[in-house]
Amino acid sequence: MLAKILPNSSEFVQKCPILSQSDGRSLIAKPLFLSIINYLRKRYYPGGGRIGHAKVGSTVTVFDRAYDDTVRVLDEDGEVVGDLPDLDEGSLVEMYRHMRLARHFDGRAVSLQRQGRMGTYPPLSGQEGAQIGSAYALDADDWMVPSYREHGAALVHGLPLKQTLLYWMGHEDGNNAPPDVNVFPVAVPIASQVPHATGAAWASKLRGEDDAFICYFGDGATSEGDFHEGVNFAGVFDTPTVFFCNNNQWAISVPRERQTRSATLAQKAEAYGIDGVQVDGMDPLAVYSVTEAALEKARDPEADRPRPTLIEAVQYRFGAHTTADDPTVYREDDEVERWKDKDPIDRLEAYLRDEGILDDERVAEIESSIEAQVADAIDAAESMARPEPRELFEHAYAELPPELERQYEAFAALRDERGDAAFLEE
Amino acid sequence: MTETQNLTLVQAVRDGLHTELREDDDVVVMGQDVGKNGGVFRATEGLFDEFGGDRVIDTPLAESGIVGTAVGMAAMGMRPVPEIQFSGFMYPGFDQIVSHMARFRTRSRGRFTLPMTLRAPYGGGIRAPEHHSESKEAFYAHEAGLKVVTPSTPREAKGLLAASIRDPDPVIFLEPKLIYRAFREEVPEEPYTVPIGEAATRREGDDVAVFTYGAMTRPTLEAAETLGEEGIECEVVDLRTVSPLDREAIVAAFEKTGRAVVVHEAPKTGGLAGEITAILQEEALLYQEAPIGRVTGFDVPYPLYALEDYYLPSAARIEEGILEAVEF
Repeated sequence: MLAKILPNSSEFVQKCPILSQSDGRSLIAKPLFLSIINYLRKRYYPGGGRIGHAKVGSTVTVFDRAYDDTVRVLDEDGEVVGDLPDLDEGSLVEMYRHMRLARHFDGRAVSLQRQGRMGTYPPLSGQEGAQIGSAYALDADDWMVPSYREHGAALVHGLPLKQTLLYWMGHEDGNNAPPDVNVFPVAVPIASQVPHATGAAWASKLRGEDDAFICYFGDGATSEGDFHEGVNFAGVFDTPTVFFCNNNQWAISVPRERQTRSATLAQKAEAYGIDGVQVDGMDPLAVYSVTEAALEKARDPEADRPRPTLIEAVQYRFGAHTTADDPTVYREDDEVERWKDKDPIDRLEAYLRDEGILDDERVAEIESSIEAQVADAIDAAESMARPEPRELFEHAYAELPPELERQYEAFAALRDERGDAAFLEE
Repeated sequence: MTETQNLTLVQAVRDGLHTELREDDDVVVMGQDVGKNGGVFRATEGLFDEFGGDRVIDTPLAESGIVGTAVGMAAMGMRPVPEIQFSGFMYPGFDQIVSHMARFRTRSRGRFTLPMTLRAPYGGGIRAPEHHSESKEAFYAHEAGLKVVTPSTPREAKGLLAASIRDPDPVIFLEPKLIYRAFREEVPEEPYTVPIGEAATRREGDDVAVFTYGAMTRPTLEAAETLGEEGIECEVVDLRTVSPLDREAIVAAFEKTGRAVVVHEAPKTGGLAGEITAILQEEALLYQEAPIGRVTGFDVPYPLYALEDYYLPSAARIEEGILEAVEF
């Protein structure tokens, strides 16, 4: 019955004069009132989650809102509609610059693939708000456990673009990040990295360290068993893990609705006893705020709060799943265009221009600097020689077993005799 | 004078875990029922009380979660020793084993290594329910990046387990549960290792080389003794590690005898016996005097226990296989 009265919590809060003032800020009595509403709502409408508001740091936090009450800071036109995060102008411009850099890199990478200069590549355009916004919230000591599309996030966390290019150009060396870059290798099997993030965070906790871990995966991953097992372990062992779901609406050709009947992906947190929150993934400032709060809670847990958080960042993949995919087969252009109106880069740029932080001159400077940066990275990656066949064997084990040594030597002798041309397809 | 204890194989496994937990703070034991319960086979008995729940960890019932979180721990430099309660239940964790345990070092060009040891009781003969008796070591031996160890005596079980836990690479440690309590042996109390990748000669003989491992070592030795009374002398080689195989020891025993039989309880097709046969014809063809025999489980799904004695290689089947090789 109550579910009929409260079908949508955010709408309810907005329409209820006791809960909301004209400027959208809550009244002082709201937390108490909300706890009553939440109790009633959970009692009668368990699928719907809780009602709350997004004031990070207060006793009622971003984690207390209903799962479908999407956190927003900037609307599609860059107008401020929520609490701005505490970021100075320099950080905001850097965030913008990284988003532009990721977009430009993405375009160049797709083009390299088309020209036969790179293998299959998974584009990220449209997802810069979620990737850069979330990665900006990480401390340098925090760890990132990516899937295979998080080039933008990894870049922010210190992974050189050259590494990403190398990986997609077929070099494992792309995963051999500099030692001070806390980024895990790319994980291709869907959701299989989720237990790794839990285990790595668990190790940190067992050793008494206070690092936080962020794990990226997509909407399709939430259907996998490893998502369940990894998040469940995190709940049970209260590990400092932030599970960041890039819900980009499509798992190759299968829409979000085919993955689960759940109204939101954020609400899956409820089953694991951890916090879940939905954020506008095309809104980098909202993503930053939510991720920052989740990481802080992971590092420095509150007494009655679980350390892990599931964040659902609602967003859209503008391009194909990979360069081997043709999305026109399974989705309409209209849908793509509707989502492009929410472009995270345009949104942040509009806000920064309104604030007088960016102007045409500054934007032009940024454009030329990122073009040079990507061009340099491509030059560096393309100048990498093909690895020697020894590399095939070298890293399978810490010490090469005798049989592998023999296999290598036999191959090396034949290569000496016949030359590389006998083996390489050009 | 080294102090010893008279232990069964499963007690030696427990003692090995105890020693390594004591020696290295990065070692954690994790799995279903390994904590308070001490393991369904008692392989972790008392460890929870001594080392606490952060070192001897009862996990949710989730094999992929157990292996996958251990991968994450190991990537951060810990030395997790996850247990899968029976090897027949490793398959939900198979993707984590082959896609990640085996590949992390290669994938990251050595930046990340996984010093983890996945333990599981394996093999038949204990009148267990369905899915509790399989021998699937060939799956893991086929996967580059893994090492696969199969002890057959209490003393070596402890030493091989210690070597596995200290190894920089991921190890699948398959414990022959048929002989968990079959006999006792003096096991040193102090820490020690038995090297991975080295076979052991259990019995010397000039007529035929018999290669085996795990629980099949006992019926193979029994058959060898019986045949010895008839004047047929078997060289019995216990592989101890099925990946990487000790090719030198295998070839040396064959060159000595010119005849060979391989015994394992896993099914014949795609099993280790085929691999060993191939090694011998690659390396020692000119020594060969008879077809290489394979005495193995049949190519059928492992049966419920009313039929398992027929399925498992018995001393009688092993004797017959050896006689065929010797009398050719």
